[in-house]
Amino acid sequence: MTLDLVLFLVLAVVAVATAFGMLFSKNAVYSALFLVLNFVTVAVFYLLLGAPFIAMAQITVYAGAIMVLFLFVIMLLGAERLPDTRVLPWQKPLAIGLAVILALESTYLLLSKARPAGSVLLPGDEVNTVDTLRALGMTLFNDYLLPFEVTSVLLLVAMVGVIVLVRREKGGQKS
Amino acid sequence: MIPVEYYIILSAILFTIGVTGVLVRRNALIIFMSIELMLNAANLAIVAFSSVLKSFSGQIFVFFVIAVAAAEVAVGLALIVEIFKTKHSIDVDQMNSLKG
Repeated sequence: MTLDLVLFLVLAVVAVATAFGMLFSKNAVYSALFLVLNFVTVAVFYLLLGAPFIAMAQITVYAGAIMVLFLFVIMLLGAERLPDTRVLPWQKPLAIGLAVILALESTYLLLSKARPAGSVLLPGDEVNTVDTLRALGMTLFNDYLLPFEVTSVLLLVAMVGVIVLVRREKGGQKS
Repeated sequence: MIPVEYYIILSAILFTIGVTGVLVRRNALIIFMSIELMLNAANLAIVAFSSVLKSFSGQIFVFFVIAVAAAEVAVGLALIVEIFKTKHSIDVDQMNSLKG
């Protein structure tokens, strides 16, 4: 068993375990912290796959900005724990059964059809270098310049939308 | 060398955990986190394929997905805060009327 296979298996166990921890934590703050660990693990997977830029973007945007926003809202609302008020008692076992079926089906379909054959590059050999980043930047700003600019407009629209959503009406109490 | 199938299987498992979270949990914030987990699983599959095909396009798509996810989280959390202001709860079973 080679070293990178051991690395992959350990990281995969950590990723799945933190995802389950996120799912089954009673306290929402613990869920958010488990999810941060999961995002960092996925970032290490990106490094293994030879995508250092995406790995850094994952850590700064997902594990940094987005999860800080989540923790801020959880603590602002004081919604760490909710009483378990379940309306449909048979919903949980049904959901888990359907999820297992979904996992088996999606794995089967992804592995059987329309799949490029081959293995992933060895990490670190000629992948995680400055030249890779330079080529990525050239592709981003030459071939995908218009989508990049549209993304900036999308972020502006989201920002304006959020401000409009949470703004209080001047003078009167917002219902 | 790690076969790309391993990454795809891991991605499918993470995606399924996200789906289960959306179906099982009743806290709107946890449901939202599960959606982020599903986006991450899809990103992992895209980067794995991009690495196999030795093409940068997949990585750039993932970059755009991350940007859209950031915008989505901002709007979604604002909506959750607004729902909490009117209903004083973020239990999704309580959100059963269109008019607040």
